[in-house]
Amino acid sequence: MGPSHPAMHGTIRIMVELDGERILNSEVEVGYLHRGFEKTCEHKTYFNLLPYTDRMNYVSPLINNLGYVMTMEKMLGIEVPEKAQYIRVILSELSRISDHLTCIAAMAMECGAFTILLYKMKAREFIWDVIEQTTGARMTTSHIRIGGVRSDLHPGYEEVLKKAIVETRNVLKDVSGLLDKNKIFLDRTRDIAVVAPETAINYGWTGPCLRSTGVYFDVRKTFPYLVYDKMDFEVPLGERGDNYDRYMVRMREMEQSLRIIEQAMKKIPKSAAGTMAKGMEPAEAIKMSREKKAEKKIILSPNLEGSEKDKYQDILTKSKKVVVPPKEDTYTSIEGLISHFKFFMNEHGIRPPKGEVYFAVEGGNGELGYYIVSDGTDKPYRLHVRAPCFHVMASLEEMIHGHYVADVIPTFGSVNMIGGEMDR
Amino acid sequence: MEKKKIVEELKQKFAEKIKETSSDFGDDTVIIDRDFLGDIVQFLRQEPYEYTMLLDITCVDYLGREPRFEMVYHLLSLSEKHRLRIKVPLSEKNLSIESLASIWKNANWLEREVYDMFGIRFYGHPDLRRLFMYDGFEGYPLRKDYPLRKRQPRIPLRK
Repeated sequence: MGPSHPAMHGTIRIMVELDGERILNSEVEVGYLHRGFEKTCEHKTYFNLLPYTDRMNYVSPLINNLGYVMTMEKMLGIEVPEKAQYIRVILSELSRISDHLTCIAAMAMECGAFTILLYKMKAREFIWDVIEQTTGARMTTSHIRIGGVRSDLHPGYEEVLKKAIVETRNVLKDVSGLLDKNKIFLDRTRDIAVVAPETAINYGWTGPCLRSTGVYFDVRKTFPYLVYDKMDFEVPLGERGDNYDRYMVRMREMEQSLRIIEQAMKKIPKSAAGTMAKGMEPAEAIKMSREKKAEKKIILSPNLEGSEKDKYQDILTKSKKVVVPPKEDTYTSIEGLISHFKFFMNEHGIRPPKGEVYFAVEGGNGELGYYIVSDGTDKPYRLHVRAPCFHVMASLEEMIHGHYVADVIPTFGSVNMIGGEMDR
Repeated sequence: MEKKKIVEELKQKFAEKIKETSSDFGDDTVIIDRDFLGDIVQFLRQEPYEYTMLLDITCVDYLGREPRFEMVYHLLSLSEKHRLRIKVPLSEKNLSIESLASIWKNANWLEREVYDMFGIRFYGHPDLRRLFMYDGFEGYPLRKDYPLRKRQPRIPLRK
């Protein structure tokens, strides 16, 4: 089966030895999406490699950004403003929901429930509307930067986000109604590919897959980062560790993520006055600047570069060495220009101290860890990613052993293999 | 505070086997000799430490330094809520180390990846083959002396 098989998503090859329909032996072959991520990163500066992290788990790119960025922040020892932390929490929870939505959509579709796919994609579009509005991109966002985030949340984000929350809740309810007690779905998922907690730990499982076996481990709870310790949320656990539990844990987790987003929306600090100034479109600004006596102060609209200094205090750290200097400084003052050049010039830029650091965040699939070795220059000496689905896929051979060929499909769907993340 | 304790206790128990300990950036690290990896890992897996989860295995190539390679293991204890890093320096003359595949099942793939990328041999590994690269690929891509844009001849299509 594979690398491109109609019933499988992601490029992976499973060679199966069959007795009729029963799997006697199997071998999983990976590496079809290996792009040399780690080798490439060794040749890029710390700032330049950020967009590449988007391409790892392409359904939740913001969490990948976050993992890398927070590892760097741990190494550089910088504090991030509170508002930026809340923005990060909102964005990463949105990504988590979109990750789980995609996983269950694909899993259900491969079991024949095509409606689920359409419903879930609908919900995901609403989620991505929020992400797109703020970051400007749907998938390859690169929004979370070392020291903070690229920009504040869009002024009208609350409305769109509230709509997304309502729509997602509706979809979750619909999908629960369609699948939770569905005989066909239950037959294909209940007690199939059962994994005991000990086995799961032994394989290094993390995230929803580990929790489906009943082990309580969530990086957000065990090693709290950002403002997760101020949030009130539960960690759903499964009982049996089969395909159905993995589906259920993901469904419950999305509800918890929505709860976190709602709390974060309430708790997020208000912007400083400067950020609230209403900007104008470039054409309007140019027109106004040509008038001899402009009526009001010319401020470009928030997403256009050129008027960002006011916002920096909310969303970026004060440490100047790790942050791109504001464009108005670069264009108007010699000091600003110098600091701009210092940031982007080869062998200047972000230079963390010598040493090595490991930091992990809770990704869509589990503990997403970055291990970075710095030699004091502006490029990482070694960058290694602990991809959560790598460990899950390592156990696929054991999971499908003794089951039918048809069981491979929901099993493979329930573990949410992401080729970009696993093969790197 | 408790986290420091584990490193201290390890130091007492395996006094001469531990080369160095550190906790830069808050990551507790133990550098040990190659021969004692299995013993120390087995000790850590038991109570009261319970480092039952192997998070990651990777390797770093310090070209031009002796010993050239360094194996890096990350362990996690669910009960202690603590991550521990174990490093094992490896000299280029003898690139082999004990396999942990019999202790942790995910070590099987992780070690295959390290073998694939760095050419480190794991003795006791059940099935040491390349993981990401294809059979017939020459060299070890993550070594520092492997050029970034090196091309390799195409191989015939498999049947």
